[in-house]
Amino acid sequence: MQSVVPVHGVMAEFDNPSEFVAAIHAVKEAGYEGFDAYSPMPVEEAAEAMGLHGSRLPLIVLCGGITGFCFGYALAYWTGVINYPLNIGGRPLHSWPAYIPVLFECTVLFAALTAVFGMLGLNGLPQHYHPVFNVERFALASKNRFFVCIEATDPKFELEDTKRFLQSLTPVAVSEVES
Amino acid sequence: MAAPVQARQRPYKPPVLGRGQTFDTVTDKIASVVDRQEQPRGWWIAFTVGFALLNVLLIAVAWLFARGTGIWGVNNPVGWAFAIINFVWWIGIGHAGTLISAILLLLRQDWRTSINRFAEAMTLFAVACAGIFPIIHTGRPWLAYWLLPYPGTMMVWPNFRSPLVWDVFAVSTYATVSALFWFVGLIPDLATLRDRATTPVSARIYGALALGWRGSVRHWHRYETAYLLLAGLSTPLVISVHSVVSFDFAVAVVPGWHATIFPPYFVAGAIYAGFAMVLTIAIPLRRMYDIKDFITAQHLDYMARVMLATGLMVCYGYLTEAFYAFYSANTFEEFMMQNRMFGPYTAIYWLLILCNGISIQTLWFERVRRSPVVLFVVCMFVNVGMWLERFVIVVTSMHRDFMPSSWFMYYPTVWDIATFVGTIGLFLTLLFLFIRFLPMISMFEMRTLVPAAEVKEEH
Repeated sequence: MQSVVPVHGVMAEFDNPSEFVAAIHAVKEAGYEGFDAYSPMPVEEAAEAMGLHGSRLPLIVLCGGITGFCFGYALAYWTGVINYPLNIGGRPLHSWPAYIPVLFECTVLFAALTAVFGMLGLNGLPQHYHPVFNVERFALASKNRFFVCIEATDPKFELEDTKRFLQSLTPVAVSEVES
Repeated sequence: MAAPVQARQRPYKPPVLGRGQTFDTVTDKIASVVDRQEQPRGWWIAFTVGFALLNVLLIAVAWLFARGTGIWGVNNPVGWAFAIINFVWWIGIGHAGTLISAILLLLRQDWRTSINRFAEAMTLFAVACAGIFPIIHTGRPWLAYWLLPYPGTMMVWPNFRSPLVWDVFAVSTYATVSALFWFVGLIPDLATLRDRATTPVSARIYGALALGWRGSVRHWHRYETAYLLLAGLSTPLVISVHSVVSFDFAVAVVPGWHATIFPPYFVAGAIYAGFAMVLTIAIPLRRMYDIKDFITAQHLDYMARVMLATGLMVCYGYLTEAFYAFYSANTFEEFMMQNRMFGPYTAIYWLLILCNGISIQTLWFERVRRSPVVLFVVCMFVNVGMWLERFVIVVTSMHRDFMPSSWFMYYPTVWDIATFVGTIGLFLTLLFLFIRFLPMISMFEMRTLVPAAEVKEEH
């Protein structure tokens, strides 16, 4: 398939978030599904336009937190009660209230690590190479320009048609993205 | 012509960004500090001073490793002294960074945007300075890993019922989560630096650190979720850290330490000290790099208000301590307070009250809060005052506790002072290297504040 489709997609550039969001709506209404949009900062309306709601991430982080709690409890209990019991002032070995600070810290630590690595993992980062960077002007995507890229894998993708369609959205520029 | 849309009634919010800013001006202004080769003279002065003091730290620590903690002024009743004073002081300073980045994010305070990045960096470097002290205070720092629970051939485990073990967990978790939070915030800005890089080497370094970030809307969506989750996790974490630090004292039975007021009193003190340090850094920086459009007088005003509020809480803590000593009808508590106020360290106690109790009363006046120079002076008072507070808590309680036969005075040696001053050098060195190589203000968050960022949707 790759040889039949020599390009990654076609990309349109916008210089303000309003036209960018309108373009995402238009691309969606035109029936394209395989596309992505790029902005120099989070644009809530763009996420809505792309139909992104919720995320699995909070659930994954919850699991991370619970794992941390269980790990902390198991560690404190097994070391303090089973493996290395210390008699300190005759107090009970399993004094769970005294474990609370450690349990809390373990919960937060595991949850935070899960949040960061979960986010990176779901986003497919770190990524060594991505075709969008082949477009020279894409360097502005981290500064002041907004991009919509319709990818060649979309069933509706026809190089010239798609180009013409993106032109009709009055972007600053339209360019082919080499794969 | 369409009728003007009636704006929803909202409480008046003063602007937190100078006029006429665009995506370009915001990005160029912040990134140019990193891009350009020449740094202002202020940078060189601060870095040189910091680096010189860092060498003092290296010498002090090398001599300590050679000779042991005997080179310090610690003695039998006063076994904690400078090492713990400095530890608590530094870790408290770190708290403002997390408060600004996490709690103010959750409270939707826009003004945090231009100060959160360097405040978080300040947190990390302050925690690094703090972490040195308990480790070198162990006497045999090369065995500091014994503090961690690890399966070893000695088959010994830490006691999880001990506040000192809680402290290890709290501080290491805090350091890790702060670093993660800071790095996650940096990823999109590192991508900006990668895209602006003029030399292949910097493009490679920033490129590797940016992890291939390309600003996809799908990525931003998860990114924002993760950022909020981290803020939600950091909020109780930052409260817990200084609470746990205070347990080191409060769980002991020493007069003046064994009090339930300690956790909230320590947390308020930490935020207070931290905001003073943020201002101590922000006021010279905004002048040095001419970023008064980003860190406006309004920012100084807000931070000063936080300082005033937390400072008053700290003062309430002082009053409570004195009241508790009297109301407990406990001879030792009563003596501790009387000794603290009028004993051999009386000057330090009253200096503390001057710095933390009286100097901040000037912050009731808006003119003081908006005057960088006066505010800077007040912050210096607070920085000193918070250090004195820890000195008072640590030393006056220990040097005369229950048994008069074990009373003893504590005086710092030159090595105590060299180590403390040295960590200030470490802090300054790290801070100014950070300013040189990483964007000190979050560029992508600043872009969300410029007027052009508003999406006008036609419906």
